[in-house]
Order: sequence, then C-alpha cells, then structure tokens
Amino acid sequence: MNIKAATRQYWPTVALFVALIVVWQLAVSLTGVREYLLPAPLSVWNAMWFGEIAWGQHLWTTTWEIIGAFVMAAVVGVALGVAIAWSPLLANALVPFLVFVNTLPKVAIAPLFLIWMGYGIFPNMLMGALIGFFPVVINTAVGLSQVEADMLDLGRVFNAPKWKIFVKIRIPNALPYILSALKITATAAVVGAIVGEFVASQKGLGYVIVTTQSSMNTSVAFAALIWISIVGLLLYGVVVLLAHLWAPWAEGVD
Amino acid sequence: MATPLIDLAGVGMTYEAASGPVEALADISLTVGTGEFVSLVGPSGCGKSTLLRIVAGLRPATRGTVKVAGGEVTEPIPDVGMVFQAPILLKWRSILDNVLLPAELAGKDRRSFWARAQALLEMAGLHGFAEKLPRELSGGMQQRASLCRALLLDPPLLLMDEPFGALDAMTRDDMALELLRIWGELDLERNQRKTVLFVTHSIAEAVFLSDRVVVMSARPGRIAADLRIDLPRPRTVELRGSEAFGQLNLEIFRTLTGRTTGASTQ
Repeated sequence: MNIKAATRQYWPTVALFVALIVVWQLAVSLTGVREYLLPAPLSVWNAMWFGEIAWGQHLWTTTWEIIGAFVMAAVVGVALGVAIAWSPLLANALVPFLVFVNTLPKVAIAPLFLIWMGYGIFPNMLMGALIGFFPVVINTAVGLSQVEADMLDLGRVFNAPKWKIFVKIRIPNALPYILSALKITATAAVVGAIVGEFVASQKGLGYVIVTTQSSMNTSVAFAALIWISIVGLLLYGVVVLLAHLWAPWAEGVD
Repeated sequence: MATPLIDLAGVGMTYEAASGPVEALADISLTVGTGEFVSLVGPSGCGKSTLLRIVAGLRPATRGTVKVAGGEVTEPIPDVGMVFQAPILLKWRSILDNVLLPAELAGKDRRSFWARAQALLEMAGLHGFAEKLPRELSGGMQQRASLCRALLLDPPLLLMDEPFGALDAMTRDDMALELLRIWGELDLERNQRKTVLFVTHSIAEAVFLSDRVVVMSARPGRIAADLRIDLPRPRTVELRGSEAFGQLNLEIFRTLTGRTTGASTQ
C-alpha cells in the first residue's frame, strides 16, 4: 500500500480520533466538570508519562500476563481442537465438558484461583487463557473438518495415511480459521489478565485501576486504560500480521 | 473390443435415507475396454456419479461385482486419476505443488515427479502459472490444473465426474478438445491410450468425446442404452456441425427423454 492509499484509508480514523479528543477537552473546559469525574485529555496524558505511577513495572507485569494467557489459550485450544477432529471418541468425551467450562462465568472463578494459587502472574495468565481458549478449540475443529469430500476422496485414492491428510490438507485448511479465532483470543487475553488483577494482584495495570478507586485519581485510571488498550492493540496487530504471513490465501476470510 | 479394464456385473446400490432405503443403482452391467473413452449420461440423480465412485472403490456396491483390471474392487483402487466437477485445488499451494500432491499423498518422492509435473502443465497450456496460487487462475485453468494432477502418476484409468460442468459453454467446448488432445498425446507416449470413464449430463459433450455413450435412466439408475460413437478421430470442431453428430445427439436425446418427436412445448 502506498502512502496515498494509506492516507485515503486512514484519514477518517485519525480525523475522528482527533475530533473526539478536542470535544472531550472542550467539554471538560466549558462545563468545568470536576477532575475526579472526568479528567481532561491533557491531565490523562500527563498521568501517562509524568505522574507518580511507575508505569514500567505495571506494563511489564500485565503484558506478560496477556502474552502468557494468549499463548496458553492458543496452544491448549489448538491441541483440543485437533483432538476433537482426530477422534470421534475424544470429541464425544471433550465437547460437552468444554461447553460446560465455557458457560461458567470466568469472573466468578477468579476468587478460587486466588485461594488455590495465591497472588502472582500465573493465575492471571490462567484467567486470560480460560476466557480466550474456547473460540480456538471450536475454530480449529471446524477448520480441520471443513474439507471438501472430494478432496478427502483424493486422499483415499492415494491411500494416504490419516496423519498425512492432517498435515498436508486439514491443518493448512484450518489455519485461517485458527488465526481468525486468535484475534478474538487476543482481546480475551487482555480481559482475563485485567479481571485476574482486579481480584488479586499487587502489580499490573488492573491493579493500578483498582487502587485509583480509593484515591479518586481518575486521570491515572484513564491512563491505565489507555496503556491496556495499547498493549491489546499491539497484540491484535501481531495476530493480524501473522495471518498475513501464514495464510495469505485466506485474505478477507474474516 | 480390447480386454475389459472395467467389468461391472449386476451392480446395485441401496442406501438408507431417513424415509427408508433408497435404491440408487439397479442391476448395472457394463464393461469398458482398455483404452476406451466411455461417457455416462443421464438425468440428475440417476446415480452416474455414484457409479463412478463405486468403480474407484470409494463407495461400496451393495449388490453385484465390480472388477477393475481383473481384480475385485473392495477398497479405493490405486492407479486411478480422478477429476471432479470442482477443481478442488488446495488454496495455499501453488499450481505446481497442487499437481505434485498425488506423489506426496502416495508416499513417493516428489522430486522425481517434478519434471513430469512441469511437462503436464506445459501441455495443458499452464506454462508460466506453475508458481501462481489457484485463486489467480480462471475456472477453466484451475480445472486444467486439476487434470494435470490426475495425470501426474500416469494412471491407466481416468475417472471424470462432470469435470467441465461448472464452466461456461465456450470454455467447456475448448476443454473437451483439450482433453482429447492430451488423451491423444499420451497415446504416443505409452503406446496405449488411457481408459476414460466420463460422467456428464451434456449429450453433445458425451458424443464429441467418446467411443461409447452409456445412457442411464433415473431412480433407480439403470442402463437405458449403450451406443457406439463411430465418428472419426481426431475429433474436430467441424464435427459438431456434421449430420452424423446431430443424428447421434438426437438419438441419445430420444432415449433419455422417451420422446420420439422433436416438437417443442415452449
């Protein structure tokens, strides 16, 4: 994409973004709303860079939680999806159980994680993985089985073993489905990490938000939110990039 | 006739549907000689595609015996090239890698087929498209690639299930000529033509291509007629305008529809 095309595509995004900031700043200046209710963009900006919060360590913690959650969800999700597509027996055993796990309100499990595992990065990773793994399982299983019957007949004609059909046909076929699910997982991993931090943490961007509740330091909460969304956007961008690189034939699937 | 490569005796197929057993094929007896080009024509649902898959060993017959090259077919048979209505190329593989797929699936060394794959692509007019992805090719070109794939391991038998059914009329006629050309060229190479069993619902296509046209009737599918097409080879575009071609078309049309007059009701 050349610069001209990029400009044409993205200028409305930038324009809307700038307009929102301007409206926000004007609204705060003109109405004189109190800082703890709605901080001005400028004070949020200041809180992001110059405030008393040591953002580095919180960003570090939360980012690791999110990446860990994402990787766990991806690995476990793909493995379960392959198991389901591989064997009807495993599918019958696993699917109802997974649906049950998925219907559990994950937020309600967080306190149990605190009891079982105490404070730390790992339980928050686990929470993110728990929220994000299910779409990966489903999309993996669907992508592995959505192969034309004629294509499978072709495999049978050449007497190809089951693993070879998986490696050469089913898995590449599932790749766009998996990458599509991973975009959802990227977002879910962020939610999970923050939920985990809300319930039990001593560090992290979620922890920062919880502490601002008592101090009424709303601009810090806003700053933390923006940091979270930056991490989330970066992870999402990485997944989109991987989709471009690994499954260029499936462009426009989602 | 040459020695039969395909020998079907009293083949029937019944499958269980929600409403009870459905008889798809009844009492099909048919032999196809080595090197013969035989088309199966019939209305939709007459079981011609099912019959093709029974010959390939992909579906079991429920009655009768199926023999290919003298051996009874009980499982998918090797040494067969299949072409389906859709090209079913793997979207993520280049055209060349798609053509090489049979070698990989059959557990053969793909490097030893590289030159043949290139030669087939050249013959099919796909020279220069080897490294393209399927989506970069037109439907007709994709189907030609799928034909190359079917020919990679040089099978003596080609089973084709409405291979040109999804193409527009002009591309379709071109492909018919192309197929005959490829079929003829391989003749020189092996000193033995490939045997082709070709399913279509186009009477003209069947007549143009075949040595024999087997007409099937619907539900349950049975053989209504078996006509020899004594038109000279190589078949040419001009042949389509000849009286003999028209007569054979009409004869098959009458057999298929049971109509004896040509009066249109439209």
